[in-house]
Amino acid sequence: METTTKVDLGNFRLETRAWLEENCPMSAREPVKRSSDMYWGGRNAKFTSKDQKIWFEKMLEKKWIVPYWEKKYGGGGLSPEENNILTQEMARLGCRKPLFSFGIAMLGPALLKFASEEQKLNYLPEIVEGKIWWCQGYSEPSAGSDLAGLQMKAEDKGDHYLINGSKVWTSYADNADWIFCLVRTNTDVPKHNGISFILIDMSTQGVSVRPIKLISGKSPFCETFFDNVKVPKSNLVGTLNDGWTIAKYLLTHERQMIGGVGGTEIKKEISKIAIDQLGLSSGQLNDSFLRTQIAKFEMDENIFELTIQRIVDEDKSGKQAAALSSFFKYYGTELNVKREELLIQIGGNDALLWVPNENNDANVARKFCRSKGNTIEGGTSEIQLNIIAKRVLNLPS
Amino acid sequence: MPLTLTEEQKMLKEAASEFLLTNSPIESFRELRDNNYQSYDPKVWEGFVEMGWTALTIPENYGGLDFGYTGLGQILEETGKTLTKSPLISSILLSATAIRLSDNETLKAKWLPELMSGKTLMSLALDEKSFFDPNSVESSASLSGDSFIINGKKRMVIDACDSDYLIVVASLDESISLFLVDSKSKGIDIKNDVFMDAGSYSSISFNNVKVPAKNQLDIEIEGKAILKSILDIGAIGLSCEMLGSVQAAFNQTMDYIKEREQFGTKIGSYQGLQHRAAHLFCEIELCKSITLKALQSIDDENENLSQYAHLAKAKLGEVLKLTSNEAIQMHGGIGVTDDVNIGFYLKRARVVQHLLGDTNYHLECIAKQKGY
Repeated sequence: METTTKVDLGNFRLETRAWLEENCPMSAREPVKRSSDMYWGGRNAKFTSKDQKIWFEKMLEKKWIVPYWEKKYGGGGLSPEENNILTQEMARLGCRKPLFSFGIAMLGPALLKFASEEQKLNYLPEIVEGKIWWCQGYSEPSAGSDLAGLQMKAEDKGDHYLINGSKVWTSYADNADWIFCLVRTNTDVPKHNGISFILIDMSTQGVSVRPIKLISGKSPFCETFFDNVKVPKSNLVGTLNDGWTIAKYLLTHERQMIGGVGGTEIKKEISKIAIDQLGLSSGQLNDSFLRTQIAKFEMDENIFELTIQRIVDEDKSGKQAAALSSFFKYYGTELNVKREELLIQIGGNDALLWVPNENNDANVARKFCRSKGNTIEGGTSEIQLNIIAKRVLNLPS
Repeated sequence: MPLTLTEEQKMLKEAASEFLLTNSPIESFRELRDNNYQSYDPKVWEGFVEMGWTALTIPENYGGLDFGYTGLGQILEETGKTLTKSPLISSILLSATAIRLSDNETLKAKWLPELMSGKTLMSLALDEKSFFDPNSVESSASLSGDSFIINGKKRMVIDACDSDYLIVVASLDESISLFLVDSKSKGIDIKNDVFMDAGSYSSISFNNVKVPAKNQLDIEIEGKAILKSILDIGAIGLSCEMLGSVQAAFNQTMDYIKEREQFGTKIGSYQGLQHRAAHLFCEIELCKSITLKALQSIDDENENLSQYAHLAKAKLGEVLKLTSNEAIQMHGGIGVTDDVNIGFYLKRARVVQHLLGDTNYHLECIAKQKGY
């Protein structure tokens, strides 16, 4: 039996490889360089190239937009083993994701776990087909690290909820069609126990969006305002006032994503970049202190990747997995910040360019500035350390 | 291959943990030290042999268990927790590996079973300077009739005070060769020193020491290649011990800050300690991954073995240094007294960090391997 399975998986790999080689356009095998390289779908979806359209449609037809969801929700129904193989084969060719979507990575898992069957059938296929661009409404101007202190209100008005308040760091809210939000539905109980999870159509009257510019120059982030917005009661997901459970579950996913778990992006080795930029003398980088810093960085980066593999292989679940997501988020983002810091150092003059010229897209300085947000968004490094101290190490409060 | 232990390896690790906590808890380390720095407890060593731990890495055709280095690594990790002193590193990790890698069939057939029995002890004599530098060997051997004549000085030879034989690394005809030398041979002078970790390390001078030519470990294969593998495997084995020490020092410190009260509250409730503790937790997760990957690379004969060995010893050196320091600091005043055990980890740490190359040495190797 086991042999048959192995043979089947082997065949699946060969078929997958052949299919990807035949169907993935060459330009979709290049790393994402600019935002127009990512297709997000949505009501106002526009493909920025012919290949982008071909790649999305081929994958949609193959049911591989979300290969591991059940078929009735628009997924491909692949087993975890098959999905792993597909991920590996896509990484091997460098295939881009055909659809970038918070619906897939964040809302989807929450709906699968907490939503009613009707809600699942309603929302999940639209995510897969790229018809709806979802964004996330968690943080508020006065609820950052203290997320559970959020104040945006949803009042029960009989046949609907009336929403008032604002959300901040709502990525791509200026393009998004719907937003999933945490809202305050009870103010008379401890703060964690009065939060609910609700889905809001951004085209509803009273919703407005202001983009936020970051120190990197621009950003996908926005602030989103809700002024007497009416939302049908059927848009509530899970149990009323139990939204914090969903929030925690989703944050686990978000942290793993930011920390780099399950990502297919292959980053170029810092040492290779340094050799290209700085050159060698008698086989060694010219700057010996930088050489040491690079060696140490690559040691940690290399071992962090092994650690992701080990923890995936150990297949931890439940509480342990949630706490480990804080480890991934903390360590992964701290590493990324160090990487960008090294790239600024290695790049010299070239890395400091801000306004692009004909030879230089001025990406290093901007990515460097953007990376400063990595250790803040999705829960700061300090919050992750708090979580590890309390939930893993059981240190007293 | 998944980066996890197999069921058999897990069982071995659990058995080792149980045995050591019963027969050789950290208090035994204190007793040995207080008994004029006794190098090990023979009863505990007999136990090691009975449990089969000296046979784990010995091939079946020499009577061994052929269980693999991943198994030996689990034992070493557990001994790092209890700081159990034994000839496991000198005789098995280093010497038995040297002989196993040799292509001298007569030596292998005779000495692998002897080492496994725990009755014959051996040490690897390599270092000559104050720093680990395996590429410059000044001790020399020259062939004279059916013997080699060895001259030179060795330092930091682990457990040589107890060893019946030395595996001596010496230069021979512009290259490097390894020789099995009876430590009672004429012309050998051994001077033992006790180091910070209460262990015994020897300086040995070889003055026209005559060694039978048949005692050369490398016949067809290159001595340099054997030495490289011994050092890779040795560095990985030491990393395992270090992983055990890191975890034990960390856990004992966590227990302490959960109990100790100041300003009317447990000190473990302070964020100033919590964040440092949580950071250590993360670093320890990394240490577990690299030691396991490195161990598996020995058993799989992974072509990147050497890279993983450097990564393991570099990372464990860094994290053990940090952990052993934080452990003392978080214990506060009691941490710098000999009344508690936490200082033992610091003292062993600095020695084991240094053995077979410290973090800087291994980072240097990584940079060279990657061509920068």
